[in-house]
Amino acid sequence: MISQLGHGVRAWLNEMGFAFRTLWAIFINGMGLWKRPRLITTQLHFIGNYSLVIILVSGLFVGFVLAYQGYYTLNRYGSEEALGLLVALSLTRELGPVITALLFAGRAGTSLTAEIGLMKAGEQLAAMEMMAVNPIQRVLAPRFIAGLIAMPVLAILFTAMGIWGGYLVGVQLVGVDAGAFWSQMQGGVDLRDDIGNGIIKSIVFGIAVTFIAIYQGYQAQPTPDGVSRATTRTVVISSLMVLWLDFVLTALMFK
Amino acid sequence: MQNKSLDFWVGLFVLLGALALLFLALKVGNMSSLSFNKSYSVISKFDNIGGLKPRAAVKSAGVVVGRVGDIKFDDTSFQAVVTLQLDERYKFPKDSSAKILTAGLLGEEYIGLDPGGDAKTLVGGDQIKMTQSALILENLISQFLFSKASEGSGDSK
Amino acid sequence: MQFPRNKIVAVMGGSGSGKTTILRLIGGLISPDAGQVRVFGEAIGQSTSSKLYQQRRNMGMLFQHGALFTDLSVFENVAFPLREHTNLPESLMHDLVLLKLNAVGLRNAAQLKPSEISGGMARRVALARAVALDPQLIMYDEPFAGLDPISMGVTANLIRQLNDALGLTSILVSHDVQESFAIADYVYFLSEGTVVAQGTPTEMLMSEHPYVQQFVNAYVDGPVPFHYPGKSLAQDLGIGVAHD
Repeated sequence: MISQLGHGVRAWLNEMGFAFRTLWAIFINGMGLWKRPRLITTQLHFIGNYSLVIILVSGLFVGFVLAYQGYYTLNRYGSEEALGLLVALSLTRELGPVITALLFAGRAGTSLTAEIGLMKAGEQLAAMEMMAVNPIQRVLAPRFIAGLIAMPVLAILFTAMGIWGGYLVGVQLVGVDAGAFWSQMQGGVDLRDDIGNGIIKSIVFGIAVTFIAIYQGYQAQPTPDGVSRATTRTVVISSLMVLWLDFVLTALMFK
Repeated sequence: MQNKSLDFWVGLFVLLGALALLFLALKVGNMSSLSFNKSYSVISKFDNIGGLKPRAAVKSAGVVVGRVGDIKFDDTSFQAVVTLQLDERYKFPKDSSAKILTAGLLGEEYIGLDPGGDAKTLVGGDQIKMTQSALILENLISQFLFSKASEGSGDSK
Repeated sequence: MQFPRNKIVAVMGGSGSGKTTILRLIGGLISPDAGQVRVFGEAIGQSTSSKLYQQRRNMGMLFQHGALFTDLSVFENVAFPLREHTNLPESLMHDLVLLKLNAVGLRNAAQLKPSEISGGMARRVALARAVALDPQLIMYDEPFAGLDPISMGVTANLIRQLNDALGLTSILVSHDVQESFAIADYVYFLSEGTVVAQGTPTEMLMSEHPYVQQFVNAYVDGPVPFHYPGKSLAQDLGIGVAHD
């Protein structure tokens, strides 16, 4: 059994090594893509624009709920005026990047994995190789860069929608003073520490989720069963990765 | 043509993101604190700075007039040396005093500047001589208990 | 195994005999465990990426089900290698692509998507794509599998005509005896990873080798057994092996 454990660890290490080498190859090939922006914009359209609806709507509703729940709790200590601050800080520091990343993994991540997995199953990647076109450069790298750009943009949109949603419920519906709502927020939300760190988080999450999705598709078994398992792995591994990275980044950033 | 409409939508996407960022920066964050005005440094020594942190506010009459820069320890006088970055627009008399105050009951610490009466004003590199340290809760409590105890023993005499 | 210039060589054998592996070795998709693969005089599979890509520019490969890029139209699929490897102006590329499609009879299908054409047509488009850069070597992985007799005839015809017209060397991996023998100049028979017989199609038809005979005449049983090896029927049913 010990030898099995050792074998398992060795296999896992091999997998990690290969994954990092692939990530490195994607980075290197990504550099050369500046001459072909059209490849990236096509992917950005599929990954970013098609995620807009779910991100905007989710952001709005998360803002609604934050305002409702926040009001209820703050009211007990007579601090409802701080509602704006509560909603804004929760969103910019945590909920914006994290929830966007989780939704992104589910929506864009799975479609990336499925697309690449099916291309592999249909021998399209091998055909590309035989035509002396590097599939990492032509297929994987554009999607990676597009995901990298899309994630922070989506996270910012989520946060903005959430704050607006919080305003709608907090001020219009529940009756918190509009002036207090915004001024307390402005007094407490720091451009660099809160908004800036939130953006850094979303960039890191973007790298992680996009790479995991692409890698799982690239490594999928070329069968229907294999592709389905790969998409499941994308969602599970990305989500766990996002939550773990969130913990590490929060500990590093917000002392 | 498909390419043109695609570029348009992607451009719109990125534009939306930029607008949202602008909204966050202006309406949500405290852009006003990002003053690009020049500042001059003044130091002051405190016996105890409590929970004062760098980048805390320096206020006078309740208005933010600067930020706390470095906080160092002087091991000859065993005092904390705090550097205050004051906005160049505001001049303070040389005999102003600095107090460490708390925002709200359990809030963050900041420095309050009370102006003195000197005709000459502080310039970069000067030191604020009159300082008052932070109120440490534990000291207050022990003071209170001590005074209560001495009161009690006084009565019993 | 030798694949001489300008000839069509067929590599035949049962499933799992190693035919597709040969193609992958020649294309440099996998490396040999022992020995060497030389294409146009140079070893392949052991070189660095850019050298390998250079060597591949002279080769075309037709995958079993076409392997067209499903997100591109027929036209864009054939144009793909031209766009990636050349800097030709759009008008010239347009004409070239239509000419290639014309050679396979699908010029008027240029705007369709791969999902809108039949399997046989998809394979013809893949053929047009494989010859887009006028390679010197072209490999066919089971080009006749799953086609109706008409499409099979068309494909076989195209393979022979293209080989002669463009001066190609063609390697054909197939199960189909009738069509392959009709167009091949030389045949290799593989079984479980080794060459068991070789010769011209006429020689193969008259061969006495049991494997070749079974294959060519489609006998049910022979060197390739019908029953999956293991226990005998008597053993499984538990009769006739009493030890009393």
